[in-house]
Amino acid sequence: MLATKAIMEQGVHVEGINFFTGFCVEGHTHAIRKKDKAKPKRNNSLWVAEQLGIKLHIIDVIEEYKNVLINPQHGYGANLNPCLDCKVFMVQKAQQWIEENDFDFIITGEVIGQRPMSQRKDTMPVIARESGANERLLRPLCAKNLPETLPEKEGWVNREELYDFSGRTRKPQIALAEQFGFTDYAQPAGGCCFLTDKSYSDKLVDLWTARGKKEYELDDVMLLKVGRHLRPKAHFKMIIAREEGENNFLQGYKNVFQTMTTVSHPGPLVLIDGTLSEQDCWLAAQITARYSQGREAEQVEVKMTQQGEEKSFLVTPLSSDEIAKEWHI
Amino acid sequence: MNKQFLDARRLLCPMPVIRVQDKIKTMTLGDQLEVVCTDPGVMQDIPAWCRINGHQVLSANNNAGEITINILVGD
Repeated sequence: MLATKAIMEQGVHVEGINFFTGFCVEGHTHAIRKKDKAKPKRNNSLWVAEQLGIKLHIIDVIEEYKNVLINPQHGYGANLNPCLDCKVFMVQKAQQWIEENDFDFIITGEVIGQRPMSQRKDTMPVIARESGANERLLRPLCAKNLPETLPEKEGWVNREELYDFSGRTRKPQIALAEQFGFTDYAQPAGGCCFLTDKSYSDKLVDLWTARGKKEYELDDVMLLKVGRHLRPKAHFKMIIAREEGENNFLQGYKNVFQTMTTVSHPGPLVLIDGTLSEQDCWLAAQITARYSQGREAEQVEVKMTQQGEEKSFLVTPLSSDEIAKEWHI
Repeated sequence: MNKQFLDARRLLCPMPVIRVQDKIKTMTLGDQLEVVCTDPGVMQDIPAWCRINGHQVLSANNNAGEITINILVGD
C-alpha cells in the first residue's frame, strides 16, 4: 500500500496484482467458522486497491505454485514456508504479466531486513535475478539502500523521493502511513500464509506421509484449514468439525469421503480419509461419539455413510484419556 | 445484451472473484453476468472488485445462504 502510494505520488500509473496460492489465511477460515462470522470478511488486497483507486488483478496460481512448495530450490523456513522461492515465483509471474500487458516495471513493498528469509540484503538481488525481472524490480520503501534500478536510471521515478527503510521495525512505515493519511491498513506480512503456521505444516506433512508422495489439490489445502484432525491409525484420518460453520463446510465433502455422525445425540460431522476395516469402523465410531454431546453417555448411536450406504454402530464413547495425544495432527 | 451465468457455489473467496474476473474478460460492455455463490465473503468482495474495475452490481440477494449477484459489465 505504501510502496504503491509512493510511486503514484510521482505520477506513475500503477495496477495491482494479487496471487492466490490457496494458502492465504484471509477469507477462507473467516468464511467457514461461525465464531468469526461477526468479523468483517474483507479481502485486503481488494480493499487496498479501492483505497488507492487502482485496478487489481487477482491471479490463480494454485497449480503452478505446487512446484514451488514441493521443490523449493532455496529450502523452507521454520515450517513449510518456501519464502524465497515464493517471492522469486511471484516476481517472475509479475514480470510475465507486465510483458503481456505493456507495463514498464514492478514494485513491491519489500524492506531490507524485515523478514528473515526473503527480505535480506543478500537475498533481495537473488529475487531480482532468478525471477528475470532484474533491473525492472523496484522496492520503493528501501530503494536508497539498493543499487539503482531501470525506472530510476531512466527517470521514470525520482530516486530522491524514494525511501531508505531497513530492519524489522515498522515505525517508519507507520509514520509514512500517517503522512499519506492512511488510518487503516492490513496487518504486517508474516501472518498471512498458512505455510508459516506449524500446526498447518504438520497436517500437510502428515498428508504427504500418508499418501507416500508430495502431492495435493486445492480441496486438500482447504480441508487442512478446517476441523480437528486425528489419525488413529496410519491408514486413516478423521476430520472432525468443531462447530456449526465447520459442520456446514464439511457437508460439501460428504459425497467424496466416508462420513460419520451421531444419531442419538447432537454431534459433529466427521469425514474419514482412508480404507477402514470393520474394527477400524468401531474405533472411528467411538471417537466420533467422544466429540458429540453424548460423550458422557453409556451408549451413542453413530451412523456411517459410504457411497450412499449406511451402517449403524452402538458404541461407548472413548474417554479423553483414550484419545491418544499422538493421534492429534 | 448478452446474459451469462456463473456457478461459484462451494468456492471460498477469492475464488469466486477470480471466476467472475475471468468470465468478465470474455464478455463485452453492456453484457450481464449472474453469479451464484455460497461464501458470504462475496457480498463484500465481488462489489469491491466491480467498483475498482468499472463494473456495476445491479443486485445482490442472499436467499438462505445462496447468494446471487447480477453484474453489468463496464469498460
